[in-house]
Amino acid sequence: MKIHKYDTVIVGAGGAGMRAAIEATKRSRTAVLTKLYPTRSHTGAAQGGMAAALANVEEDNWEWHTFDTIKGGDYLVDQDAAEILAKEAIDAVLDLEKMGLPFNRTPDGTIDQRRFGGHSRNHGEAPVRRSCYAADRTGHMILQTLYQNCVKEGVEFFNEFYVLDQLIVEEDGVKKSAGVVAYELATGEIHIFQAKSVVYASGGTGKFFKVTSNAHTLTGDGQAACYRRGLPLEDMEFFQFHPTGIWRMGILLTEGARGEGGILRNKDGERFMEKYAPVMKDLASRDVVSRSIYTEIREGRGCGPEGDHVYLDLTHLPPEQLDAKLPDITEFARTYLGIEPYTDPIPIQPTAHYAMGGIPTNVEGEVLADNTTVVPGLYAAGEVACVSVHGANRLGTNSLLDINVFGRRAGIAAADYSAKADFVELPENPAELVVSLVEQLRDSQGTERVADIRRELQETMDANVMVFRTEQTIKTAVEKIGELRARYKNVSVQDKGKRFNTDLLEAIELGNLLDLAEVMAVSALARKESRGGHYREDYPNRDDVNFMRHTMAYREVADDGKDSIRLDYKPVVQTRYQPMERKY
Amino acid sequence: MATPTLDKEDAKPEAGFADSPYITVTFRIRRFNPEVSADATWEDFQLEIDPKERVLDGLHKIKWDLDGTLTFRRSCAHGICGSDAMRINGKNRLACKTLIKDINPAKPITVEPIKGLTVLKDLVVDMDPFFQAYRDVMPFLVTTGNEPTRERLQSAEDRERFDDTTKCILCAACTSSCPVFWNDGQYFGPAAIVNAHRFIFDSRDEAGEQRLEILNDKDGVWRCRTTFNCTDACPRGIEVTKAIQEVKRALITRRF
Ligand SMILES: Cc1cc2nc3c(=O)[nH]c(=O)nc-3n(C[C@H](O)[C@H](O)[C@H](O)COP(=O)(O)OP(=O)(O)OC[C@H]3O[C@@H](n4cnc5c(N)ncnc54)[C@H](O)[C@@H]3O)c2cc1C
Ligand code: SF4
Ligand code: FES
Repeated sequence: MKIHKYDTVIVGAGGAGMRAAIEATKRSRTAVLTKLYPTRSHTGAAQGGMAAALANVEEDNWEWHTFDTIKGGDYLVDQDAAEILAKEAIDAVLDLEKMGLPFNRTPDGTIDQRRFGGHSRNHGEAPVRRSCYAADRTGHMILQTLYQNCVKEGVEFFNEFYVLDQLIVEEDGVKKSAGVVAYELATGEIHIFQAKSVVYASGGTGKFFKVTSNAHTLTGDGQAACYRRGLPLEDMEFFQFHPTGIWRMGILLTEGARGEGGILRNKDGERFMEKYAPVMKDLASRDVVSRSIYTEIREGRGCGPEGDHVYLDLTHLPPEQLDAKLPDITEFARTYLGIEPYTDPIPIQPTAHYAMGGIPTNVEGEVLADNTTVVPGLYAAGEVACVSVHGANRLGTNSLLDINVFGRRAGIAAADYSAKADFVELPENPAELVVSLVEQLRDSQGTERVADIRRELQETMDANVMVFRTEQTIKTAVEKIGELRARYKNVSVQDKGKRFNTDLLEAIELGNLLDLAEVMAVSALARKESRGGHYREDYPNRDDVNFMRHTMAYREVADDGKDSIRLDYKPVVQTRYQPMERKY
Repeated sequence: MATPTLDKEDAKPEAGFADSPYITVTFRIRRFNPEVSADATWEDFQLEIDPKERVLDGLHKIKWDLDGTLTFRRSCAHGICGSDAMRINGKNRLACKTLIKDINPAKPITVEPIKGLTVLKDLVVDMDPFFQAYRDVMPFLVTTGNEPTRERLQSAEDRERFDDTTKCILCAACTSSCPVFWNDGQYFGPAAIVNAHRFIFDSRDEAGEQRLEILNDKDGVWRCRTTFNCTDACPRGIEVTKAIQEVKRALITRRF
């Protein structure tokens, strides 16, 4: 066991983590721990763009952007946070450009912008061109640019270090962060990082679904580490299902494809979105489009022998436009489906995409221990966090924005805190939990296999808590997850070694997914209304009287060691926008 | 009704899918684990797989259902993160971007780690020297003078000039297919040159001269013997050899 001491430790090197690291490294002695090499992070998969009301190509302003964000989130958005997001968006994009990001350009040489779902002029009048982009590789360019600037600033990385535990110490009844415990993939060694402040930027948790746009490594490790130590998770029932994943595979085809003029069609060739969203049509918000697709499929208008998908039609767009604006996704269709998008429509279905919920923070990125109390020295930003700027449904291009705006804020706040705070003394046996976790799994002779449990978890999540939910389907999921958690205790791994034991780490990741899936399902069961990404067929309307509030889920441990989930609620911050019915 | 789910296994024999798409293939994998033995060996695995699936899907089937000790890196599974470059049937490719049907599944499919970097376990190699070469070419925008308040302007043509080399995902398929790099790990290698090119030809950048000096070194661009292995290997379709040639030309003419 090795002990390291840093002022600031950042967990994760995706967009949020590296944006934080650039700020924190300038201000304090900083280490970035990441389970992947930084450029392998899933921010690199983002395609469509990053929202900012630059008004480079048409009239726009941050107030309209704020409104769209709040409406898109079905009014569960904290409005003070959304206003910061939209206001700071402009500098966030300009900062990236100055760091070297190669945006697409207008004929005048300024940053070009394009349309994206849910972004409108003047409070819903018509779609607006707000998304700043670099072909359909915006996330790749953001990740590369931030890594390049980390190299420039000399950021210190610990690559292939898995953070598995968050150290929390209670001093005078106040929960404080003392540091983190990490497992080094190459050697199997356990490292304690004592730090004055810790920033979680460890990304999403989509791998509990089967059809998903998320990477294999998005297993919610950060959320699980905090949750296990008694910190709450906010709004976990809200998960976004992106309308256009490649049929059966889930690989994303950006909404930018519809922004460029792509059209969704059913088996009769009908442009069905005209029925569901007369103004925004194919560019209505994602929850609306995903439900419309499944409605078409259920009513027998799906495509293919099993009627289980619809088409994304790009065939009317000029090949030059596809080559210039959508080169990567057209190549995905060729590589993985053998389809030529110039001439043939692409089979798609909704794919599990984005966690709106996560570790609750305030607008400085400080993690909350309950509705109001911050945990000194603990920060979170990016998909792992819930500020909440996305509410019940995130607008496309608002996450790449979120990771830059709140990654930067968290990096600055954490380093400023490190500058004035002292180290919190480590608990007596800081590695205890991780050591026992690792040893148990390695020594176990149990008969259960990681792959079986994960498969069953993903199947039950897809079948029961995806686009459409009911009391009965959610209960089925809760029960199944309970059974899988029990079986997980009897799981064993084949690789007993120390060196690059990815068998062991997949088992640990599965444990995280199981915990978080349960929180999601239990939170969803209690929310007896439909709002944004959470759609209950048995409660098809939004219920502002009873449910205009954030869910806060806590893990409780009884004396006999059994754990359970306690739900509490937090008010939504409303400033100037009164909830209205959401129409597109 | 619950959300329709699409399970490959379930979909197999149902209406519209007359024949099982599954075939039997052999994966012949180079295994090495110094915790167990100092020698590398070949191991064969047989599995049932839909030929439209990826080599990565095959590796996962082995790891998840047959042998949990098989070790490789992967993350995104669709050719974006650069984790899983390996030698498949003797050629460098991404396992997640190579479909079984495209590599003659009638014969055993050989899978080995990429060459020229130290093998640490099975298909995992030491990437540190690779990233060090990248860091050495100053892979970041350098500008002088006051920052403008708005964005720097750049014409669409100037932006297009270096578009090809911005696509790099640092997978190392190019560098580890280069015979010069195999013989001498000190050579910067194609990936580092590609990333230098990305900045040398960016109209906003002002450190082109410095980067050219770095690449003028004895371990720099002049080592390239234009074998085109790198261009063939690049999963992003970057014209790697052309980029290296452009850097050489810029060194001679000092114009870029
Ligand atoms: C296919 C796709 C396309 C998208 N397109 C867009 C788009 O066009 N516009 C938009 O706004 N949003 C888009 N999104 C959403 C957006 O890309 C993500 O929400 C965002 O990039 C998340 O960034 P992050 O920094 O929070 O996490 P990530 O980029 O996922 O990074 C997570 C980091 O945490 C590290 N990590 C994880 N666990 C651990 C651990 N236990 N220990 C140490 N390190 C750990 C990983 O190594 C990684 O470095 C897209 C998402 C997907 C999947
Ligand atoms: S140039 Fe191509 S092959 Fe080489 S590292 Fe970059 S993406 Fe990989
Ligand atoms: S797993 Fe990401 S490139 Fe293959």
